[in-house]
Amino acid sequence: MTPQTLSPLLCTIPLFPLAGAAINGFLGRQSSKKAISAVALAFCGLTFFVAVFIAANFSSASAPYSFSLAHWLRSGSFSVDFEFYLDQLSLVMLLVVTGVGFLIHIYSVGYMWDDDGYYRFMSYLNLFMFFMLTLVLAKNYLVMFIGWEGVGLASYLLIGFWFTKDSAAAAGKKAFIVNRIGDFGFLIALFLMIKHFGSLDFTHVFAAVRSLPAETAGTGTLTAIGLLLMVGAAGKSAQIPLYVWLPDAMEGPTPVSALIHAATMVTAGVYMVARSSAIFERAPMAMMVVAIIGTLTALFAATIGIAQTDIKKVLAYSTVSQLGYMFMACGVGAFSAGIFHLMTHAFFKGLLFLAAGSVIHGVGGEQDMRKMGGLRVYMPWTFLTMSIATFTIAGFPPLAAYFSKDEILWKAYSSPYGSWVYWLIGVITAFLTSFYMFRLWFLTFFGDYRGASAHDGHDPRTGAPAPHGQEHGHGDPHESPWVMLGPLVILAILSFVGGWVGIGGRFEHFLAPVFQSGGTAQLAQEAAGEAGGKWTETFLTLISVGVAFLGLYFAYLLYLKRHDLPAKIAQSLGGLYQAVANKYYIDELYAALFVKPLVDGSTTILWHGVDQGVIDAAVNDSADAARHVSDKSRHMQSGNLRSYAGWIAAGGAVVIAYMVWMGVR
Amino acid sequence: MVPLSYYLLLSGILFVCGVLGFLIKRNIITIFMSIELMLNGVNLSFVAFAAHWHMMGNLRALSGQVFVFFVMVVAAAEAAVGLAIIIAVYRTRETLNVDQVNLLKL
Repeated sequence: MTPQTLSPLLCTIPLFPLAGAAINGFLGRQSSKKAISAVALAFCGLTFFVAVFIAANFSSASAPYSFSLAHWLRSGSFSVDFEFYLDQLSLVMLLVVTGVGFLIHIYSVGYMWDDDGYYRFMSYLNLFMFFMLTLVLAKNYLVMFIGWEGVGLASYLLIGFWFTKDSAAAAGKKAFIVNRIGDFGFLIALFLMIKHFGSLDFTHVFAAVRSLPAETAGTGTLTAIGLLLMVGAAGKSAQIPLYVWLPDAMEGPTPVSALIHAATMVTAGVYMVARSSAIFERAPMAMMVVAIIGTLTALFAATIGIAQTDIKKVLAYSTVSQLGYMFMACGVGAFSAGIFHLMTHAFFKGLLFLAAGSVIHGVGGEQDMRKMGGLRVYMPWTFLTMSIATFTIAGFPPLAAYFSKDEILWKAYSSPYGSWVYWLIGVITAFLTSFYMFRLWFLTFFGDYRGASAHDGHDPRTGAPAPHGQEHGHGDPHESPWVMLGPLVILAILSFVGGWVGIGGRFEHFLAPVFQSGGTAQLAQEAAGEAGGKWTETFLTLISVGVAFLGLYFAYLLYLKRHDLPAKIAQSLGGLYQAVANKYYIDELYAALFVKPLVDGSTTILWHGVDQGVIDAAVNDSADAARHVSDKSRHMQSGNLRSYAGWIAAGGAVVIAYMVWMGVR
Repeated sequence: MVPLSYYLLLSGILFVCGVLGFLIKRNIITIFMSIELMLNGVNLSFVAFAAHWHMMGNLRALSGQVFVFFVMVVAAAEAAVGLAIIIAVYRTRETLNVDQVNLLKL
C-alpha cells in the first residue's frame, strides 16, 4: 500500500467519532438506548478498524505519512494547515487510543445503561475520541493544541457528568482551571517557536532545532521552550505541582476514569514531550527538570496512595505515580521507554479502573475498600482480571509492566542523562506501588465481606444515586454482565502479553526513527553501555522484582494475616500518617496560597473596588445625575401652549439682543 | 419714494403685534391669525429689502421676492394643516381655549 492511498485515510480517523458525537448529541434525546449504543460503538469501532488497517499496511520505509485536509492560517511566511501525520510514534498512540477507547466504549454500554444521561455520556465519549485522535495525529503544534484543549473540554464535561452532585461539578471546574495553568505554558512555548522558527510544523521546527547546538549552559530559547512545554505536560499529565486535579477527577463515572484519566488523555503530556524529543535533547537542563519532576511525582504520589481508602483514589494516585515514571524516562532521554510504559500502562491501568468499576457496580456503588472484602467468591472474573492487572503493575515477570518499568529503571541508571538517584527512587516507588496495589487487592477480594448486604444502591456519603440501577435491590455482591467482563478479559490478555513486544529492544527499534535525532555518538555510547552492563542490568532487574515480592509480602502480612497491625502502625506514626492520609495537605496549602488570596483579592479589590466602586458607580451616578436634572427641568413642560410661546419669544429676544450687542451681521 | 426705515418699522410693529397676540390670546383661531400676522410682518421686510437693493442698482436682487412666495406657500400649507387640527381638537375637546388643551404635559 503506497503512502498516496494510505494517507487520505488519516483524516477519517478523527472524523468518525466526531460524526458519532454529533449524531448522539443532537438526536440522542429522542433515540432508544439501543440506537445510541449502536451509533457510538459503530463509529468508534470503525475508527479502530481503520487504525488497524493502517497499522497492517504501515511500512517503516515509507513513513512518515502526512495528509493535509485544509488550509487554516496564512499570514506572510507563517502558515498553519489542518494536517495529519503518522509516524511510528503516532501509530503506537493511535492503536492504544482507538483500541483501549473502543473496549471502554463497549464496557460503558453495560456500566452506564441505567443512567438517565446515557446519550450524553456516549456523545461525550465519542467527542473525547475525536479530540484525542486529533491530538495524536496532528502534524503541527497548533492542531495538536486543538486536540489538547478539546480533550480538556471532554474531560471537564465527563468529570462533571453527574453535575447535580456538588463535588462532581467542583472537581470538573478544578480539573479545567488547573489544566488552564498548564495550557498557558504550552501556549507561550508555541509563541516562542513562532518567533524563533517561524513555524509550528513538526518537521520544520525539529529540522531547525537540530541545526542548533545543544544549550549546555542551561539558558536559552530551547531550554525556555522545553520548560514551558513541560509546564503544559505537567498540567495535562498531572505532575507536581499541577497533579491536584486528577484525584478529584475520580468523581466522574468509572469508564471515564479508565479512558481519560488513566489510559489516554493524561498520557498526552508524555506523548507531547516525546514528540518534542528533538527540542529536549538540545536542552539538557529542561530534560533534567523533566526527570526530576517525574521522579519526585512518582515517589510522592505512591506514598499518598498507601493511605487512601477509596478504591478509585488509590488508582488515581497510582496513575499519577506511573505517569511520573514515564516522565522520568523522557527526562533521562529514554523516550521510547516512556512510550513503552505509556502503552502497557494504558492496558493495565485501564483494566484496573474497569475492574474497580465492576467491583463498584457489583457492590452497589460503594467505593470504600474497608466495606468490601471477600469479593473473589462473588465475582470470579473480575477477581481474575484484576489479579492479572495487580501483578502487572507490581512488576512481576513476565507481565507487561515488568518489561516497561524495568526498561525505565535501567535507562534511569545507565543513560548518559541518568543517575543512580533516579534509579533508587524508582525502585522505592516500585516497592510502594507493589505494596499499595496488593493492599487494594487483599482488602477488596480477600477476607470476609464487610459491606451491608441489604444495600439500597445509594452512595452513602453523598446520597447521589449510584451509577447502577436501583430496580433490583442490592443484596449480595454480584458479578457484572458480560458486556462489561468482555473488555476486562481482553485488557487482561493485553496486560499479560503487551510487554512482550519490547523483548530484545524491538519496540525501541521500531520507534528509533522518531527519536533518532542524529545523535549517533550517543546511541553508540548507549549500545556500548548496554553491552558492558549486562550483569549490572540483570542485578538491577533482580532487585526490582525483589521489591515487588517484598511489597506483596508486606501487604499480605498487614492486610490479610494481621488485621490489627495497620491501625497500630498508623497510631505509632501519628502525625506522619495523618499527613499522608490527608494527601500532605497539598490541597489545603494551595487553597491558602493561591485560591484564597485570589478569591479575597477578587472580592475586595475587583468586585467591591473596581466593579462596584468604579464601573457600576460611573454608570449609576451618571444615570442619577440625568434623572435629577430632568426632574427639575421637566417643570418647563407645563402643557400650557402660551408658556411655550413665551419661552420661544424670550429665547428669540435673547438671541437678538446678543447679536445686537456683539454687532453680528 | 418711501424710505426703507418706514417699511421696516411697520414690519416690526406687525411682528410684535403677532407675538403679543400669540402670547396673550387664548382662542386658537386668534393665535393662528397672530402667526399669520408675524409671517406677513417678515414678508414685508423681505420685499422692502428686495425693492431697496433693486433700487440701489443691483438688478438681480430678487431673492427677497422669491422668499416671500416660499413663505406664502408654507403659510398656506400650515393654515390647511392647522385648521384641520383645530377642527379635530374642537370635536374632541369642545373648546378652543388653549389653556384647556394641555393633556400632553407630564
